[in-house]
Amino acid sequence: MGAIVEIRDLSKVYERGKQRVEVLHHVNLDIEEGDFVALMGPSGSGKSTLLNLIGGLDSPTGGTVAVAGKRIDKLSEDALANWRASNVGFVFQFYNLLPMLSAQKNVELPLLLTRLSAAQRKRHASTALELVGLAERAAHKPSELSGGQQQRVAIARAIVSDPTLLVGDEPTGDLDRQSAVEILTLLRELNRDHGKTIIMVTHDPKAAEYALRTLHLDKGTLVETEESPTRERSEALRA
Amino acid sequence: MKYFHLIWAALFRRKTRTLFTLFSVLAAFLLFGLLDSVRSAFAVGSSSVAAAERLITVSRISFTLALPKSLLARIQAVPGAADVTYANWFGGVYQDPKNFFPSQAVADNFFDLYPEWELAPDQRKAFHDIRTGAVVGATLAEKFHWKVGDKIPLQATIFPQKNNSNTWTFDVVGIYHVADPNLRGQENNFFFKWDYFDEARQFGNGTVGWYVVKLADRNRADQVAEAIDALSADSDHETKTESEQAFMAAMMGQFADIGLIVGTIMGAVFFTLVLLTGNTMAQAVRERIPELAVLKTVGFTSRTVLGLVLGESVLLLVLGGVAGLGLAGAVVSAVRTSLPAMGPTSPMVPVGEAIWLRGLGLMVLTGLVVGALPALKGMRLRIVDALSGH
Repeated sequence: MGAIVEIRDLSKVYERGKQRVEVLHHVNLDIEEGDFVALMGPSGSGKSTLLNLIGGLDSPTGGTVAVAGKRIDKLSEDALANWRASNVGFVFQFYNLLPMLSAQKNVELPLLLTRLSAAQRKRHASTALELVGLAERAAHKPSELSGGQQQRVAIARAIVSDPTLLVGDEPTGDLDRQSAVEILTLLRELNRDHGKTIIMVTHDPKAAEYALRTLHLDKGTLVETEESPTRERSEALRA
Repeated sequence: MKYFHLIWAALFRRKTRTLFTLFSVLAAFLLFGLLDSVRSAFAVGSSSVAAAERLITVSRISFTLALPKSLLARIQAVPGAADVTYANWFGGVYQDPKNFFPSQAVADNFFDLYPEWELAPDQRKAFHDIRTGAVVGATLAEKFHWKVGDKIPLQATIFPQKNNSNTWTFDVVGIYHVADPNLRGQENNFFFKWDYFDEARQFGNGTVGWYVVKLADRNRADQVAEAIDALSADSDHETKTESEQAFMAAMMGQFADIGLIVGTIMGAVFFTLVLLTGNTMAQAVRERIPELAVLKTVGFTSRTVLGLVLGESVLLLVLGGVAGLGLAGAVVSAVRTSLPAMGPTSPMVPVGEAIWLRGLGLMVLTGLVVGALPALKGMRLRIVDALSGH
């Protein structure tokens, strides 16, 4: 399979007053379609910044980012928003669900930007909730769900519009071990059974084991790539 | 409309705070409805006489100055004047000064010009025939338990009798009704015969307070009014002819500048409202910055986020405002029913289409003003900073 994410010579500099902080230095990276990549590294290594640039949440200072052949590094704010709506699903550490909406309505959020009817939106959201095993909690508000269940709702929201990429910033960082395992298993199933390309930032080596490949960043530079032992098994299964 | 549930949910995220703010908006628009009803009544009054049904002719200097009764025949002769009657303010009280109600000495044909005040034919004839006869409104009669045949003594506050007595005794010969339940306030008048009043009063004989002119063609009101006023031009009793509403406005205008008072109060109320709801909206949006960032993350554009926050602000104002104006409508209706009218007009107009349109405009405008800054803040937020809590 070809590279779905192509990053060339990517740099990101933050200006803090008179100080210039270069967070990413000339990063080059290809991520294949159907891959499950873990981004690891110490705090301040630039992994979240790299994820934000791939997900179109931020714009680079230099270099290029292309996703599915489309350059996103020079898109305007509105064009980037439209691109995110149809190409990326986001999963955050603290779930970031809207507290006043039910699980069902939270999952429907990205579909509000499409031309789908209310009935179609409802049907799609129900399917996504079913996929993450929470169909029976559709009417519950986030405050009525456990952390693991809230993260499942967030994953359902991320996949409901069938995006090209699924990106997660510490998706298990706020969960207990058991819930974390459930979420990681779910992500692996989405990758293996549904072909979703997933990029996940994590501090946890155990979480990274669920990925097919682990990239290590240090001081804004890619320093190491590790193939997971599960990769071969996964590819064999797909074949 | 597909975003309405988002706006609604955001508005009621903090129910108590939103309800208190809604009550403030409700109170502001209740006041707006009441004051605009008063202001509109006077605005109608001060407008042109065009299309009026009846004209009132009073002294140009002050409506408290009398006009000679000799003008009657000359006004009757003005082309376009279908019928003319006259009246004089009496201002009596019944038993106690607190029992004050509008009382007027009127010509025999007075009720011919006010067909909306229904008086049985036999009672109309009795009013014509009996010198001390009086006709009272049904609401007033009910209040004091008066009935046809009763003798009612009124204490004069302006006009003593020639025998120096302030007590005028009248025979109730008729009770009139107003068909429109919204205008029951007009049933609080007490009318008696001008002939008796003029014979018995100590001073001012041969004069009347004002003339009422029924128009043959309501669209010729301007010309008729000009012709009537021309009759007394350059005399010692120059007249001013205007519509009934203008007459009411002029009467009330003697006491105060209604427009200025209403405008000042409304200005203060809405200034306070803008500060209060502006603070609520700013606080609500500040608390929801991460949620707005999530909306942007999933693909909502900055303009859509701007629209959502402005929509929330406008919805807050419209919900409270509609409740307030609705309540104002009920209160005005109740006041119009119970308030004694000085004549055929009321100092309040119903909260109708014009007031609703002005009110809705004010709701939307205030909503946009108070929502503008928080909405801009939401629109300009950087996702990465907002999600990381910066």
